[in-house]
Amino acid sequence: MAVTSTTPRPSIAPRPEPVEGSLLVWLDRIKSNYLLRRLVKAIFTVWLVTTLIFFVLRAMPGNPVDIFLQDLTASGISPEEARNQAAALLNIRLDQPIHEQYFEFIGNLLRGDLGRSYRSRGLLVSDMIAARLPWTLFSVGLSLLLSFTIGIALGTIMAYLRDSWFDHLLSNVAATLDALSQYLIGLLAILLLGVVWKAVPIQQMRGSLSPGVQPGFTLEFYGDLLGHVLVLALVYVLSTVGGWTLAMKSSTVATLGEDYVTVAKARGLSDGRIITAYVGRNATLPLFTRLAITIGFALGGAVLLEELFVYQGIGYLLVQAIRARDYPVMQGIFMVITMAVVAANLVADFAYGWLDPRIRIAGEGN
Amino acid sequence: MAAVVEVMSGTARELGKTLRLLSRNKIGFAGLLVTLLVVFMSLAGPLIWPPEQSANVADINQGPSQKHWLGTDFQGQDNLLKVISGGKEIVIIAFLAGTLTTLLAVSVGAFSAFIGGWVDGLLMEVVNVWLTIPKLPLLAILATMLKLNDVWLLAVILALIQWPGLARQVRSQILTLKKRDYVEAATMLDLGTGNIIFREMLPNMMSFITIALIFEMTHAIYQQTSLVFLGLVPFSGANWGVMIELAQRKGALFAPTAAWSLLAPSLAIILFQLALVSFARSLDEVFNPRLRTSV
Repeated sequence: MAVTSTTPRPSIAPRPEPVEGSLLVWLDRIKSNYLLRRLVKAIFTVWLVTTLIFFVLRAMPGNPVDIFLQDLTASGISPEEARNQAAALLNIRLDQPIHEQYFEFIGNLLRGDLGRSYRSRGLLVSDMIAARLPWTLFSVGLSLLLSFTIGIALGTIMAYLRDSWFDHLLSNVAATLDALSQYLIGLLAILLLGVVWKAVPIQQMRGSLSPGVQPGFTLEFYGDLLGHVLVLALVYVLSTVGGWTLAMKSSTVATLGEDYVTVAKARGLSDGRIITAYVGRNATLPLFTRLAITIGFALGGAVLLEELFVYQGIGYLLVQAIRARDYPVMQGIFMVITMAVVAANLVADFAYGWLDPRIRIAGEGN
Repeated sequence: MAAVVEVMSGTARELGKTLRLLSRNKIGFAGLLVTLLVVFMSLAGPLIWPPEQSANVADINQGPSQKHWLGTDFQGQDNLLKVISGGKEIVIIAFLAGTLTTLLAVSVGAFSAFIGGWVDGLLMEVVNVWLTIPKLPLLAILATMLKLNDVWLLAVILALIQWPGLARQVRSQILTLKKRDYVEAATMLDLGTGNIIFREMLPNMMSFITIALIFEMTHAIYQQTSLVFLGLVPFSGANWGVMIELAQRKGALFAPTAAWSLLAPSLAIILFQLALVSFARSLDEVFNPRLRTSV
């Protein structure tokens, strides 16, 4: 995302300075500050997605609020009573026009109030998510860090050994892994590793922790934690590492042709220094824009994989909520996942600006 | 109209040339053959080898044998026969959704690149926002509200969710093409926008669009089978995704003897996706002389 929006702009003739302290000055600062501009965009995106999900869930024909009301009335409650119950559970006032409901919804959201679950009565959606989110962040974060590192290493080696058997073999393996559906890799991993070859005790690895294990700074806890995430992480890594490897290879090949690499070689710098400081650092740059997309992909895939591995993260919670038609929980998780993707985008952009001073300077412009 | 006919006949000529080039690329040619085989078997196969109607209690969850090449499932039905009859919906939705996505993406991308200015900026912002929305969770939520049983409806929804990434690529492709000499010459000769798009630009983008179309088809396969896998789209019993979901629900994941009722449909999906991707990748090499030498 950063690439498209941060091409260097030609410097503009100096404009008349707006009056100090006015709104224009602030707008101008936002426009000229790269990081600030990204931040404003991120907030705007979150707002837009929130609004979208509000209207999808509230105003579409056959929307869940109507269905919920029908369910309640069908179970023998008077329409009056049903509306009151729904309003209390969903934290909305159904008598108000839609735009006032919307402002109330946004107001609640800003206070961190996501409503209460339909099915697990009385439970706050924000508490439910807070209990599950760390597991997803841990498993997805760990796996992406691993696959990013492995992908960059393999991609660099492939670029240096291009057209060797190693390169051809790995290119095909990476393209194959990249093409496979995430959940099929997961299914095959369980089936082959756990059932057919019996390499791992897959039955005991279901869930995020064994029953009875208490979180704490003990060896037992960490061992159990890693034991349960092992195959899941392997699947995340396998499904994303192919993309990283191929992207890193083509990026490194492109960088190797740059003049500054030739000059560095001519200056007699050591290979290690050229690989890390000259080639590696520049070749990794385009991958940071990919990072955000991959995180979104991994979080979306968490829905399938956590269901498959019975891992107690938000993906599994979302599947449960969808099966039970628990709309407040669905809405909350969807917003949290979107926010995570937007935040990842933002971090990737900041990292990009930090790694590549050219972006910062272009952003600060005139 | 004449321009369209011109493009069609030009495409036919290109197709012949491409096939000749492709036959030299073994992996790509194999991919094309397997794709055609899967499509043929899925559409015509069930007519030749009709699916079994009744359960065979005697042959439940067997491994591969002379009688059942891919084993049997929890009902004792032959896995191979089920795989043959389970591809039709997947192939049709993949084709429909892939085509619709590509059409939408090319239209929006081309429009955005040509019109420029603030409309272009706005459209690209929409694309950027749309790209951050997690697609699978959105699809899953939509599936609870819309009855996605209809093949067309599902294809349209998949296209609406999937188009932005490709639209951005199409836009940058057209922006690059616009700066090429022959397009600038055509612009200077004032050949008309329609003429420039259909006769100068589209023929040069055909390879790119074909490859994108194939990749969109694999995305559509991934997304629709995911929905079925989550139990959100209740398609008929004969569907690779349904086979996986049913087998899993009947505990095939933890019963070694039933492994084949999961493996068979999984391998069918993998085979189809890999065939499509290797075909697309080799098309990339056939069309792109730079890649032909460097990869």
